[in-house]
Amino acid sequence: MQASDRFNINSQLEHLQAKYVGTGHADLNRFEWALNIQRDSYASYIGHYPVLAYFAIAENESIGRERYNFMQKMLLPCGLPPERDED
Amino acid sequence: MYLYSLTLQRATGAVCAVIGSFSGRDSKKSSASGSSSSSSSTQEIAVARGTTLELLRPDPETGRLRTLLSVDVFGAIRSLAQFRLTGATKDYLVVGSDSGRLVILEYSPDRNRLDKVHQETFGKSGCRRIVPGQLLAVDPKGRALCIAALEKQKLVYVLNRDAAARLTISSPLEAHKSNTLTFSLTALDCGFDNPVFAAIELEYAESDRDPTGQAAEQAQKHLTFYELDLGLNHVSRKASEPIDNGANLLVTVPGGGDGPSGLLVCCDNFVLYRNQGHPEVRAVIPRRADLPAERGVLIVAAATHRQKSLFFFLLQTEYGDIFKVDLEHSNDTVTELRIKYFDTIPVTSAICVLRSGFLFAASEFGNHALYQFRDIGRDVDVESSSATLMETDEGFQPVFFQPRALKNLYRIDEIESLMPIMDMRVANLFDEETPQVFTACGRGPRSTLRILRPGLAISEMARSMLPAEPIAVWTVKKNINDMFDAYIVVSFANVTLVLSIGETIEEVSDSQFLDTTHSLAVSLLGEDSLMQVHPNGIRHIREDGRVNEWRTPGKKTITKVGSNRLQVVIALSGGELIYFEMDMTGQLMEVEKQDMSGDVACLAIAPVPEGRQRSRFLAVGSYDNTIRILSLDPDDCLQPLSVQSVSSAPESLMFLEVQASVGGEDGADHPANLFLNAGLQNGVLFRTNVDMVTGQLSDTRSRFLGLRPPKLFPCIVSHRQAMLCLSSRPWLGYIHQGHFLLTPLSCDTLESAVSFSSDQCSEGVVAVAGDALRIFTIERLGETFNETAIPLRYTPRKFVILPKKKYLAVIESDKGALSAEEREAAKKECLEAAGVTENGNANNGDQMENGDGQEDGAEDRNTLPDEQYGYPKAESERWVSCIRILDPKSRDTTCLLELQDNEAAVSICTVNFHDKEHGTLLAVGTAKGLQFWPKRNLSAGFIHIYKFVDEGRSLELLHKTQVEEVPLALCQFQGRLLAGVGSVLRLYDLGKRKLLRKCENKLFPRTIVSIHTYRDRIYVGDMQESFHYCKYRRDENQLYIFADDSVPRWLTAANHIDFDTMAGADKFGNIYFARLPQDLSDEIEEDPTGGKIKWEQGKLNGAPNKVEEIVQFHVGDVVTCLQKASLIPGGGECLIYGTVMGSVGALLAFTSREDVDFFSHLEMHLRQEHPPLCGRDHMAYRSAYFPVKDVIDGDLCEQFPSLPADMQRKIADELDRTPGEILKKLEDIRNKII
Repeated sequence: MQASDRFNINSQLEHLQAKYVGTGHADLNRFEWALNIQRDSYASYIGHYPVLAYFAIAENESIGRERYNFMQKMLLPCGLPPERDED
Repeated sequence: MYLYSLTLQRATGAVCAVIGSFSGRDSKKSSASGSSSSSSSTQEIAVARGTTLELLRPDPETGRLRTLLSVDVFGAIRSLAQFRLTGATKDYLVVGSDSGRLVILEYSPDRNRLDKVHQETFGKSGCRRIVPGQLLAVDPKGRALCIAALEKQKLVYVLNRDAAARLTISSPLEAHKSNTLTFSLTALDCGFDNPVFAAIELEYAESDRDPTGQAAEQAQKHLTFYELDLGLNHVSRKASEPIDNGANLLVTVPGGGDGPSGLLVCCDNFVLYRNQGHPEVRAVIPRRADLPAERGVLIVAAATHRQKSLFFFLLQTEYGDIFKVDLEHSNDTVTELRIKYFDTIPVTSAICVLRSGFLFAASEFGNHALYQFRDIGRDVDVESSSATLMETDEGFQPVFFQPRALKNLYRIDEIESLMPIMDMRVANLFDEETPQVFTACGRGPRSTLRILRPGLAISEMARSMLPAEPIAVWTVKKNINDMFDAYIVVSFANVTLVLSIGETIEEVSDSQFLDTTHSLAVSLLGEDSLMQVHPNGIRHIREDGRVNEWRTPGKKTITKVGSNRLQVVIALSGGELIYFEMDMTGQLMEVEKQDMSGDVACLAIAPVPEGRQRSRFLAVGSYDNTIRILSLDPDDCLQPLSVQSVSSAPESLMFLEVQASVGGEDGADHPANLFLNAGLQNGVLFRTNVDMVTGQLSDTRSRFLGLRPPKLFPCIVSHRQAMLCLSSRPWLGYIHQGHFLLTPLSCDTLESAVSFSSDQCSEGVVAVAGDALRIFTIERLGETFNETAIPLRYTPRKFVILPKKKYLAVIESDKGALSAEEREAAKKECLEAAGVTENGNANNGDQMENGDGQEDGAEDRNTLPDEQYGYPKAESERWVSCIRILDPKSRDTTCLLELQDNEAAVSICTVNFHDKEHGTLLAVGTAKGLQFWPKRNLSAGFIHIYKFVDEGRSLELLHKTQVEEVPLALCQFQGRLLAGVGSVLRLYDLGKRKLLRKCENKLFPRTIVSIHTYRDRIYVGDMQESFHYCKYRRDENQLYIFADDSVPRWLTAANHIDFDTMAGADKFGNIYFARLPQDLSDEIEEDPTGGKIKWEQGKLNGAPNKVEEIVQFHVGDVVTCLQKASLIPGGGECLIYGTVMGSVGALLAFTSREDVDFFSHLEMHLRQEHPPLCGRDHMAYRSAYFPVKDVIDGDLCEQFPSLPADMQRKIADELDRTPGEILKKLEDIRNKII
């Protein structure tokens, strides 16, 4: 790889995509985009304890259960992925 | 508009807690036996309360928890861990927060502060998916720690020490794995082998790609072991084994000689024992008999108890039941895992077992508690074991149990927690001097309505009636070395009463005190003699009973006295001062006389400094509005040293000596100081610093205390000199954690008071008020509010004040619970069931009833308080709800309507319809069969209209109107009712059988959650889309939206500020003010026909005009209620807010540009010189979602006094002020709020 390659936009993007989960790219589809949004949201809810407590009050569950439920939802937050067209 | 934000009550909930010997101090002081092992060191509990970090220590003697330290860290603390380097005696505290940094703190007990030992940056700030901070694990031998994010990232740091025994930390070693979620992380106890960390992991890459859903179904959680090779300095993923898909929590099992090592894996319904290369040992968690079958049992908190030859685990389920887990093992092989029912306490976010036999339970909602172990669950109880695990076709056979009363634990202390504050109102319903804060707190059966009053609580120990109204009271010891007081002396208008303190307090006549006159002062003189000053002389009672009497010359009488242990000054009528001093032989000798120009208003002598013969300062207050300091040195006796003029004649004077302190657990570093306090006739307390050498006065402060001139009395609070100021209400001035605090006491007016110490009560206060003698103690020092709690039935949602009768109407509702009748029936059934099983040995039962076992038996079955056990769970779509009318004064519920048919009350307001037939009515919005998942769904919404009967004490349903959506907001408007029904704003009028629709607007984006009105404007808050300003045109009967906000805001609270301004708070913890620009506002008001607004169209479906957000501030906690109110009489209004974590704060608008400049500069310097403890940048934190705008953080400014003196001076120099002036400014602004 040439020195200049390191700084071109594509390799920078690739680097970002590898380093930061959820960095978008040009071919991102709606489902992938939503996946990241949802996972980020759940991670944020779990990270902010007052927000987690706020949900727990609404659902009348314990905070521990609420955290577990959110963790579980991070697996498949938007339902099943769409069928992919073979291109 | 510039605002000053100040937290009045710090968050009271708890996020997590760990236990450790952070002070590294031996508890030898408290336990004389002092065993030599390391177990003699005291333990402290570090509690993260959202953005504050607190250190608590249980006092083994009193069994109460004491707060050692509380620091605001300006960041969200998410995880805590504690570790100790091998051979050390002190624990370090590791904090995982949203700062993107790992912070290791060390507590320094000498200075009472937490010091940052290491701060390692590893990522971006904020609570992000892949930035570590959420999960934290430390090797039990303190050799390494692992900090992990929910996804992908895990960083391992090696901990070591350098030659000087300081802690060192390596660069991070990565143990990342992409597309993998981490549920739990812990370190294995593997002795001195390489440290191993274990994590529950779930990979999602496959299921993201598989549209058939097969991969997602087969997604398998793995238990992964990461080994840190200390030799190679490398982390390897050593093993990854499939594990039960319900796994959520890992608990370390002791190893390295103490146990088999390995892990407990807590799963939905099961607890497993796992280790590398060890077969799984599984046992079911016993279930409550009344639990619906579809619900699992999840462990939410765990604690390990280790003794020399014994260890066990306490695991708490999401329902509050605690189970004791034992492992049967030989060498490293575990043969059996037993889960035994232990006790039930309210659900916690963390439990900590202390070596001293206490259990600290940090409740997730409601009060925290400290329990003492009565037993460690050795009795027979419901038990499930891996040996008896039965697998059937439908899965594993469950084990059932019935919760019972506490058997192994005993509650000894409670720490109040307001978490969560659901609604709040500030009002003066009790006609007291200051308004009360009414907060609806808690959840489910532990809900309460708490009445907060600014000030300290007192607990009265005794009250006795006296024959007449006394004017003063004193307590005296017989000897200076005595622990306790000997006499209480009460002076009436013309007699003096002497009470002796012993087992009981009774009148005595052999005390040698002159009882035929009233007294001016009574005190201990010298080592062991007593002095009584009465209008005609001084009576000096020697220890052997001899009495020396000094009589006033001629017809003069003594008017005022000032004395300390060795010196006495009296003022005679006419203004003559006579100074006495005690000589070597214990005689009271007249030393000097001096004529003052006029009558003396008050006198005080400073206390004798340690190791000196006399104090140098006498303060004399005169009616010409001056206070003079006179010298008492022999060479310039009674010569003036300095003069201070004051705003009004002084009524009472007192010197308060603050001893030098180099910190320590309850103090900050400060030099010795002498303060002169004066109560002035205009009700102001005047405080000034007296130079210890020259007697010059400097740094004066004054504060209005009440309508009566404050009378000052010395007293002792936590072993230190403090001051009682009795104005129209009593105040206490004392030093707490290095700060001088002046706080009101929550009791009525007192005439005279003095500190009191006896066998039963080591630090009390005896006071006279009216014709009563009262003895009380002052509790919970350092708190801003004291609270009175009234229990409620379900989670309070909202409440309103019924202004006429000063009652409260509260709506309460809970999801997934059984109704009251069903609960009763279930309880009865359960009782019967218990009876049936007991029938086998019915005789035995009878005997029990007669014998002493009766209490236990009765407790076991009948009185399981719901506050302790929670309501039985029902299917999640069931709702219970009630409407309550409460008289806060008598604390009685005068009316309680339980709603039927799965209806839940969601909104409430009082409304006066313009036809005035019914007077004030109560409107309650309800939802029937409300569900949140997968989408909000309900079978019907209703608006109930109630009329008040029985003088407002009770409710009667007038009618109920069905609506199509949830009516989340109700408000009275021009004699009609405005309702936000889903996304529709609708105006209703009262009909005979139901409400009549008059007008509606359907243009709101989501769901209306708040409605405020002012004149003809309506301010509507949308659940996701911030505020919409509307107007109602009566002539056209139409509602228009004329302005809205351009920022999406998930509104949680709203309050009306002025005609153009609304204050709101969003779900992410921001407070903001939205204002309609003045020119727009004028334009809209000047449009008489309304034609312009009506036809004006906004862009992208928005309103034509936009409001501006003029204030932004990140509180860091979900604000649930906002109110504009003033907490002090005559004070300016501020915006008071309450949060989910149970904190109360205020935003005060600055009135001068000068103050804004001063505080913003102070804030700027503090940001630079004193960055927050957990590594989050202060400015970035306050701007977490929106850049902070026009709000100065008072909490940061108030950290100024805790800075080292040289730093304080440096900052003060930059601000062109002295540190004293800055402290005064801080105190002044705080006094404007509370």
